[in-house]
Amino acid sequence: MNCTDFLSQLTDYFDGKIDQELLVEVKQHLCECHHCEVVVDTTRKTISIYRNHEAYQLEPTLQERLHQAIMAKCRPTNPKP
Amino acid sequence: MPAIETPAEEIHPDVALVEAAKNGDTAAFEQLVRQYENQVFRVAQHITQNREDAEDIAQDVFLKAYQKLHQFQGNSKFSTWLVRIAVNESLMRLRRRKTAKTVSMDQDIQTEDGAIPRDFAEWRPNPEEIYSQSELGDILRKTIQGLPPGFRTVFTLRDIENMSTEETAEALGLSVPAVKSRLLRARLQLRERLSRYFRQQRSEAHT
Repeated sequence: MNCTDFLSQLTDYFDGKIDQELLVEVKQHLCECHHCEVVVDTTRKTISIYRNHEAYQLEPTLQERLHQAIMAKCRPTNPKP
Repeated sequence: MPAIETPAEEIHPDVALVEAAKNGDTAAFEQLVRQYENQVFRVAQHITQNREDAEDIAQDVFLKAYQKLHQFQGNSKFSTWLVRIAVNESLMRLRRRKTAKTVSMDQDIQTEDGAIPRDFAEWRPNPEEIYSQSELGDILRKTIQGLPPGFRTVFTLRDIENMSTEETAEALGLSVPAVKSRLLRARLQLRERLSRYFRQQRSEAHT
């Protein structure tokens, strides 16, 4: 397995949805290729940093304002098409 | 190895709420709004990168959902249906903005940028240990803004909203392989861009 083959399996590898036979090859490649090892580690960190830090927090007061605005639009009086 | 048992299909609690809302129960609809307004806002904000647009879109999405509730057949999750509306509204909003270069879910795939990793520096120490919350927030926003909208959208649904590949495909009207391909590119491009900030520093002079 070369680096290109490895990258094509990266998504399935992260999802744990990879065939057993292929998984052996993937792990073997990771043991031998430091570059791909770094790519795996930093890509994992990329995902987890985005997951852990909500970049766009909606503060409670703003959320309430938005909620009221939504509910004001969605009233039974609002004609359905 | 024990056989993997398929769990009996559970009925999602939204199903009853949607049914009640269809029959005119405003409180049930309001509960659905409460459950998903944050998610709809986040998706719109990530795609449009504009707070006012995201607020407008969130209102439009729920109004559309309210008006078209009778069309929701329950073949997909209610949340996936809402996200689909949110994505369409957001992409439409981007198209209307003159500054947007590419807003189609199909065009972005042509770019080779970031498809091949070039930066192999380790991120040590862990970025979360060296940057403050607000610094990290700035970096994350700046970085995701640089992604083409189609990639940004896939990454948002799959990795930020934690939707499955199948749900993401459904919400975007793409095939599963198309979602996987875009997700890989999006992740690799973000990684490459973040590496400019997070790569192992030789000195503290970067701050």
